Amino acid sequence: MASVSSSMPSEQDIYEEHVLDHYEDPYNRGELASATHADEGKNPLCGDVVQVSLRLAGDGKVEEAFFDGHGCVISQASASMLMEEMEGKTPEEVKDFTAEQMLELFGPQLTPNRQKCCLLPWRVLQSALHSPLEEDEADDDAAHFSGPSLSEEN
Amino acid sequence: MPLDPQSIRQDFPILKRRLPGDQPLVFLDNAASSQRPQAVIDAMTDCYENFYANVHRGIHTLSEESTAGYEAARVTTQQFLNAASQREVIFTSGTTAAINLVARSWGDAHVTADDTILLTICEHHANIVPWHQLAERVGCRVEFLLINDDYSIDTETVAEALQRLQPKLFAFTATSNVLGTVFPVQQWAQLAKDNGATVLVDAAQAAPHQAIDVQDWDADFVIFSGHKVCGPSGIGVLYGREALLAAMPPFLGGGAMIDRVTVDGFTSAELPEKFEAGTPPIVEAIGLGRALQYLQDTGLNEIARHERDLAAAAEQQLRDVEGVNLFGPRQSEKAGIVSFTIDGVHPHDIAQWLNLRGIAVRAGHHCAMPLHEHMGLTATARASFYLYNTHDEVEQLVDAVKQTREKFARSGRRRRRSSISSSSS
Repeated sequence: MASVSSSMPSEQDIYEEHVLDHYEDPYNRGELASATHADEGKNPLCGDVVQVSLRLAGDGKVEEAFFDGHGCVISQASASMLMEEMEGKTPEEVKDFTAEQMLELFGPQLTPNRQKCCLLPWRVLQSALHSPLEEDEADDDAAHFSGPSLSEEN
Repeated sequence: MPLDPQSIRQDFPILKRRLPGDQPLVFLDNAASSQRPQAVIDAMTDCYENFYANVHRGIHTLSEESTAGYEAARVTTQQFLNAASQREVIFTSGTTAAINLVARSWGDAHVTADDTILLTICEHHANIVPWHQLAERVGCRVEFLLINDDYSIDTETVAEALQRLQPKLFAFTATSNVLGTVFPVQQWAQLAKDNGATVLVDAAQAAPHQAIDVQDWDADFVIFSGHKVCGPSGIGVLYGREALLAAMPPFLGGGAMIDRVTVDGFTSAELPEKFEAGTPPIVEAIGLGRALQYLQDTGLNEIARHERDLAAAAEQQLRDVEGVNLFGPRQSEKAGIVSFTIDGVHPHDIAQWLNLRGIAVRAGHHCAMPLHEHMGLTATARASFYLYNTHDEVEQLVDAVKQTREKFARSGRRRRRSSISSSSS
């Protein structure tokens, strides 16, 4: 049992100032009126919702990346970090940005349940890239993300 | 005599567990699942070490002894519920399996497209989804009684709905797992009978905390789980009125539930085996029997009083903390459950932060999404008390909640925009 305990990350680290800064003073939070691509995803188990809207420029690069929604510190801070990181990247570079890289970008080590919170914005970003607004205004292809099992008990 | 939690704590080995940072465990997630006393662990170990074999079939010493232990647990459960007969006590794998059994067997046989199933908005998903599934199969309607602003459902509302809807079944929880509201089971069951409805009582949250008398309740089906009553996971109980169970078709088919099998078909075994196909949860039943005995020896009324004291103390102090919102009825009508939110703090972050102080609470919708939606919330945090919790632990909870608020309250943090690169280390 001691081995279980020692492998668990400390919550003190999860809420380090860097994370709380992003939570409280997020990068590009809000609606992007000139978006060319957008999508929304939710974690049905905890109710967290994240929207990502992107503007791809003529050269194909992500010129602007905005997020909106509500959720826990982890999902909202990771969204802010991700928006900041993705601006200026090509669609290929966004696609190549892996879940592992997202967790690395976030920083503090997360338990599997909280990794799902962290990866929600990353999933929505990936689906937003495939959701051009002109062709598919209707949001019937929203990404549904199966979230932390910690909520799913009586 | 009031119970002494310090002496009770000695019975539960897991409460000696230390968490990271050498924090003692403050376990306040009992409504999700309780912990087990040594007596239950020992009873199960004794079976595995000394007399385990399959039940009801072997003509050898171990099988006879296992069968005796399994059936003794049924008698203990029958007495716990004050059921009229052992044949009315069916062991299942849990509350969810028991409700599904009723929905599949009784539901498919008796419910048609013209019928209505009446539930309350306080049900957890185990007492909602099986009825939605039944509706998909037979086309019946599923209706919900809503709660008032004070988190109760008044008798007039129940009576009016039963009269207007004439439901085939009224299935309701005896105690809300989110609000702690304790509903008047006997009264509601009587009203349902007056309107010709069959009654199913989900006692998953009631059985751990109150003496249950199914004959007094006069309910047709009563259901609870082992893991919430200090027993093992993987076992639950379906009480059913004998005449109803006898008339129901079997649910799962397999060994043990048959009288005779031929190449052309089968005939069912008698109750209760008819509903216990396959090898049952033998050791779990033995553990459940021992757990029910432990609760009765401790005194269910004393347990309930102790939990209510703790919950009342917690609510009284939390009510004064700025930004904390409490959900639930007046204390006198309430089980030992405190559900709350903190303005501006997501419940997951509350739970994570409390965990740093060794305090285990639940965060989320507690398998009751319709109720949360009805209250306009996506999630709450919930502290639920049991016999081994103490007033010291209440103090620790309250202190930690205050700190949570301070930690996450917006304090005008600004990121240093000049250094774009992530500073995580």
